[in-house]
Amino acid sequence: MGAFKVFRSLVVDSLDTITKGSKKYHLWMGFLTLVMLIGMYCYSIQLEEGLSATGMSDRVSWGLYISNFTFLVGVAAAAVMLVMPTYVLKDIDFKQAVLIGEGLAVAALIMCLAFVVADMGGPSVLWHMIPGIGVFNFPNSMLTWDVIVLNGYLFINISIPFYILFKHYQNKESKKSVYVPGAILSVFWAVGIHLVTAFLYQGLQARPFWNNALLGPRFLASAFAAGPALIILVLAVIRSFTAFKIEDKTIKKIAMIVTVAAQINLIMLVSELFKEFYAPTHHSESAYYLFFGLHGKNALLPWIWTAIPLNVLATVILTFNKFRNNLKVLYFCCFMLFVAIWIEKGFGLIVPGFIPGPYGKIVEYLPTGVEIGVTIGIWAMGAFIFTILAKTAIGIELGELRYKGKKA
Amino acid sequence: MSDNKKWYSLDLGLNNRKESSGSCGCGKSKGSCNSGQKKEEELSADEFYEAAINASIGEERHRDGFEQVFDVKMDRRSAFKKLTASLLIGAGAITTSCSVTAGSDTKEKAQIDWEEQFKGNYKLMTDEEKQATINRLMRSYELRTNKNINMTAENAAEDVLFGYAFNISKCQGYMNCVSACVEENNQDRNSEMQYIRIHEMKDGEGFKFDKADDNYYHEVPAEGHFYMGTQCFHCDNPPCVEVCPVQATWKEEDGLVVIDYDWCVGCRYCMAACPYDGRRFNWSKPEVPENEVNKNQHYLGNRMRKKGVMEKCTFCVQRTRKGKNPACVEACPTGARIFGNLLDPNSTIRWVLENKKVFRLKEDLGTEPKFWYFMD
Repeated sequence: MGAFKVFRSLVVDSLDTITKGSKKYHLWMGFLTLVMLIGMYCYSIQLEEGLSATGMSDRVSWGLYISNFTFLVGVAAAAVMLVMPTYVLKDIDFKQAVLIGEGLAVAALIMCLAFVVADMGGPSVLWHMIPGIGVFNFPNSMLTWDVIVLNGYLFINISIPFYILFKHYQNKESKKSVYVPGAILSVFWAVGIHLVTAFLYQGLQARPFWNNALLGPRFLASAFAAGPALIILVLAVIRSFTAFKIEDKTIKKIAMIVTVAAQINLIMLVSELFKEFYAPTHHSESAYYLFFGLHGKNALLPWIWTAIPLNVLATVILTFNKFRNNLKVLYFCCFMLFVAIWIEKGFGLIVPGFIPGPYGKIVEYLPTGVEIGVTIGIWAMGAFIFTILAKTAIGIELGELRYKGKKA
Repeated sequence: MSDNKKWYSLDLGLNNRKESSGSCGCGKSKGSCNSGQKKEEELSADEFYEAAINASIGEERHRDGFEQVFDVKMDRRSAFKKLTASLLIGAGAITTSCSVTAGSDTKEKAQIDWEEQFKGNYKLMTDEEKQATINRLMRSYELRTNKNINMTAENAAEDVLFGYAFNISKCQGYMNCVSACVEENNQDRNSEMQYIRIHEMKDGEGFKFDKADDNYYHEVPAEGHFYMGTQCFHCDNPPCVEVCPVQATWKEEDGLVVIDYDWCVGCRYCMAACPYDGRRFNWSKPEVPENEVNKNQHYLGNRMRKKGVMEKCTFCVQRTRKGKNPACVEACPTGARIFGNLLDPNSTIRWVLENKKVFRLKEDLGTEPKFWYFMD
């Protein structure tokens, strides 16, 4: 088939693109490779010793890995905030950003899966989870729902950009009738992945800190703030390092999305804090631990008291048009927001769920070096994958990468 | 009546078996003692369960082990997919078993490892397959250590539902139960894993678990304190079972909540879902000195675990299915622990439930523990 020949040529061409670049590009990729290797070494230690190489224990049984997983699901879901205006509402401004956004979603999802695998006690028997050859506890276990929605979303986010780029590569126009249904599906799907991930925690009556109806909506709000914030930062980098043109208008429009989502997120935070602290019950202990410490145990205080001021400050600054439209300020705010939500949706959400334990016992959690090494390694892997995807996509969009077979 | 019930409640089958009278032995007011309609509801729940299983795993439930994995019709693509997965994992085993230099023992060991790696879920195995896997495990132990163990795959007996009662007035905190449990169930000695926790509480403060000490090292009974033990409560509506993505944990016919250690993928979701701190994880490779290994084992009970899987109290399935008491009950010097068949109207446990003011922990969660507390 002709399509196969074109595909082969695309692979060859993209390999060619991603292995060539400026000195800075090579340094960046070399650095990521080094970090990934360190991560792999740490993971090999963990495989050898078992999960005792991490800081987790019977009392706090999920830690840094699951925290990052939760946060990254949000980042992945955020791609939709660009997809919707572009494909569905036909807002042309975003067209440039959307391929980047979807590339980011793919990288984030692969990181999600990597974090889950890193957290598993028995990665060699993961095939037990594959429907057909294993036993898939669907629909009872929310984890199986999560497996389905994450993989489905990964598939959608690979296939839509691939179709568009594949057409552009051959100098053809992509057909709207092909990708618009996919784009609409992905809009619903993105909400799905985040809600399902929230339900993973929300459905546990054993953990009052999570068993809270606001958890799902708050996941969405924070995701639609942190995800596009990251996209803005990435676009800023791409703008300054490549010839890829991204207009100010596009960035400002995404900034608007970030702002609204951050504001909603803040309202929900206030609502949560009010409920926990106005009339504290036995179930508010985890929140007390998180914000003020319990019985002299206060390992999470520095984290949360970094996150909250950053979150509030960034949201307030973004609210004013004057500040938001100043790109330097905007980038800084996006960075603050990203860090704040990473802490809040990661550490600040997962760890206090286990503290105090079912019988009130407080055992604190601190990640070990091995755990941090694996985590940074997986982040480096995500950045590596994203760089490859973005470089190819930009190459095609700029017309540098074109099918050189016979002219159609 | 039952139609209005908004939550799950434990059916001990008391209605069907008890000679009936005004006094109901189940000690609850949640309406599980309604007859008639209740039964109907139960049936439809069963049917629903059946349908759900059929929908999700279909015919596989009747076949297992190798059959489940290999004896399936498949198209070329899925065949390739499965082959690739198997090859990756089994490559090591193949090289050993095909090697001319390796001895026959090594080959047999490799063969066993291979078959064990790709066996199915114990819950879905037929009795023959259960027997085959325990034979392999016993043989494997023999090949590795030159010692024999005795492992059974005894199924739940009919008309048995195990329950447990704990007398708070009697417990003095000696912790004989804890050490008996560790010895009986081959728990990892390095991490000092324990299924039972004894909480030391102050007199006059009531049940203040958060202020209790569950890790004390002093002479007991300490002045002005009382003691209360917790462990897996073998809930009738266990949240841990629902959340397992691979059905590696389930409730047996006799009410025991068990784990297939070989099927568990180690995601620890069950641990997060348990409101009673009933589950433990093997953070590193569990080790028991060879001379301390309890060699009377059950597949679902005290057989040796491996790194990265969950484990928990099984009410000593290896003992209780043979009609004995769990090790903790037998070891308790004060008689604070009572175990028995809830469906047997003449059992001690039934006497306790019917004559004592019993209560359970965190009943509001709807988990329906089969573990009651009472006082003299």
